Amino acid sequence: MRVMAQVAMVMNLDKCIGCHTCSVTCKQAWTNRAGVEYVWFNNVETRPGQGYPRTYQDQERWKGGWELKRGRLRLRSGGRFKRLAQIFSNPLLPTLSDYYEPWTYDYDTLISAPLGEHTPVAQPKSLITGKSMKIEWSANWDDDLAGGPELAPKDPILVKIRDQVTDRVKMEFEQAFMFYLPRICEHCLNPSCVAACPSGAMYKRAEDGIVLVDQDQCRGWRMCVSGCPYKKVYFNHRTGKAEKCTLCYPRIEVGLPTVCSETCVGRLRYMGLFLYDADKVTAAAATENEHDLLAAQLDLLLDPNDPEVQAAARHDGIAEDWIEAAMASPVYRLAKVYKVALPLHPEYRTMPMVWYIPPLSPVVDALRETGNDAEDAGNLFGALDSLRIPIEYLAELFSAGDPAPVASSLRKLAAMRSYMRDVNLGREPQASIPESVGMTEESVYEMYRLLAIAKYEDRYVIPKAHAETARGLEETACSLDGDGGPGQYEPGPFGSASGRPIPVAVETFHALKERQTSEVFVPLESIRVNLSGWNGRGGRDES
Amino acid sequence: MSAQDILLWVALPYLTIAVFITGTFWRYRYDKFGWTTRSSQLHERKLIRIASPLFHLGILAVVGGHVMGLLIPEGWTSAAGLSEDAYHVMAVGLGAVAGACTLAGVSLLIYRRRTNGPVFNATTKNDKTMYVFLVAAICLGLVTTIIGSGVIGDGYNYRETVSPWFRSIFLLDPKPELMAESLPSFKVHAVAGMLLFIIWPFTRLVHAFSAPVLYLFRPYVVYRERGPHDPGSRAPRRGWEKVGS
Repeated sequence: MRVMAQVAMVMNLDKCIGCHTCSVTCKQAWTNRAGVEYVWFNNVETRPGQGYPRTYQDQERWKGGWELKRGRLRLRSGGRFKRLAQIFSNPLLPTLSDYYEPWTYDYDTLISAPLGEHTPVAQPKSLITGKSMKIEWSANWDDDLAGGPELAPKDPILVKIRDQVTDRVKMEFEQAFMFYLPRICEHCLNPSCVAACPSGAMYKRAEDGIVLVDQDQCRGWRMCVSGCPYKKVYFNHRTGKAEKCTLCYPRIEVGLPTVCSETCVGRLRYMGLFLYDADKVTAAAATENEHDLLAAQLDLLLDPNDPEVQAAARHDGIAEDWIEAAMASPVYRLAKVYKVALPLHPEYRTMPMVWYIPPLSPVVDALRETGNDAEDAGNLFGALDSLRIPIEYLAELFSAGDPAPVASSLRKLAAMRSYMRDVNLGREPQASIPESVGMTEESVYEMYRLLAIAKYEDRYVIPKAHAETARGLEETACSLDGDGGPGQYEPGPFGSASGRPIPVAVETFHALKERQTSEVFVPLESIRVNLSGWNGRGGRDES
Repeated sequence: MSAQDILLWVALPYLTIAVFITGTFWRYRYDKFGWTTRSSQLHERKLIRIASPLFHLGILAVVGGHVMGLLIPEGWTSAAGLSEDAYHVMAVGLGAVAGACTLAGVSLLIYRRRTNGPVFNATTKNDKTMYVFLVAAICLGLVTTIIGSGVIGDGYNYRETVSPWFRSIFLLDPKPELMAESLPSFKVHAVAGMLLFIIWPFTRLVHAFSAPVLYLFRPYVVYRERGPHDPGSRAPRRGWEKVGS
């Protein structure tokens, strides 16, 4: 047994209102630079929908993640030789049109247009070509089922279950079911992007499991982009390097949650530690039956309260405060103790570490519309049994198509809802409700505290990185480095972003100092590239 | 033998080697972040799907051909039972095919670069300069192959002049007189090649040194620790080690 720690996240989908605050704050923090205009480390998709990039879940086409070949785990895109042979042009790489062509508006026209009969209009301008363009797609074009009958049926999950359940899927689905799916990098235990990187530039941090790209070692072979089944590694077309969600590691290291978590208005994100057995990851990912993958993944997670596990963790160099944090971990409770959180697409065999509590509210809403008491345990259980399509859809997302774990999770949420209603209305609490889903009254109440009260300090239990090892944390590579980063230094002599990177902390220090001490007003764009990057004068700045 | 010959066939080669080695070392030391393929596949997929493998596989074959022709003495192939005529036919045949593939590939790549808006926008001055030197070297190389083969004019056995001169440079016993008596086309191609190698470290061509061969031998998932040193201490800098350590 080799115990390792993993910083993980759980998102409670019931609470997501699809406001995209997480996406916007993440964008402003990490990808408001030239070269990554089209990149959203965090995006929120409406399901059913095609997702971002379009139909990324269709692995028949994109071939991301792992597959079992004669009982052995290998990348779906092929063996090592095959992929090296494809290095000159990666056939599985999405093009910009699969994401979307980023744009801004020609705002300058609004103030500089001559007086005329009509109000001037800010034309959309492509951030890639600088020319006027027609906006036809974006990172959330099908938000709230926009373009529903035309676009939603192309959802790869719908296509998949339609084969199984017949045509009524579409109609019933759109009437009864819609929810939001916020996505970041999964920081997998068995990351296929890392496995696909020819340069060895991608790595999993041994201390906290965060998957990062060494910007100095990345050579732009683009295999990670196609290797990731979630398409959460992106190619910066200016610097020629791969970039991805960093799980806001500079914040995590000082005990703060990620920007997306911190700014989530629904307070639906939970962050904490898993202790897992690193020696068993490959074997777990090679579990033959896809339906058993979830159980195998849960088996990897070790009980931090078990003295044997604690001893093993100490032996493997995990600090005492990290073990304590693992014991208080909200994600461990949600995933393994209550078993309400489920991983996204376990069938990709990457052992993803961002988990989701499936949404019960669409079921509740559907029930309420029929005029029934939507909080009654019996009614809810009955609805869960009859509303098969939502469950099958959720099962395709969260449990490789096996409806049992999703149904079990939803039944627990339903039980909590009914049980707590009685408590809150001062009625006699019914112990039979928790019992019917295999929980106790105490555990339902604790789960209610965690999910409904959701105190900040309960949602985020993040131990700090250790100062004594801090030297190794000195920022060697970060996607803010380089031209267009907040430091705004000149492009290097060998094209965009050549030259030595400046550590993030140094950049931030200088940028802040300049703003704070300058006599004159320092316009923001001199420190940070405007999100649009458009200079309003008919082209992009520089080159 | 004129001063020009000394300059071109002794001074220039050593200058090339010096700039190539120190330039590459300097670039790697100071510009790891700029060391990348700078792929434009994200912008355009269809043309690059054909052009890029065509060019890259072609140029790899061309490199192999140069190694064969320049590094391996004629005596060795003869001893292996390969006559000059047979060698010549083989070299010219394979060389012409590889050269044609390379030229077709690079032409298509440049066409793509020029006609596709986003790709053209992503092209720097550095890239454009590099393309001039690269295409010049490739075209002159093809011309040399055609002339040397005897398709135009008489055939020419460069393995009696150019190749020994090439090896003499690395043996630190330069023989410029051998090169001085070779055909003009070979001379021009050699100079173009040397110029290409001089600018090489300062262009995107450096990605050739990053051919990820080690990928075949490493474990799939890479873990990295924060540092090799003990907690609480920092590895002493060179020259500041403790006494007795």
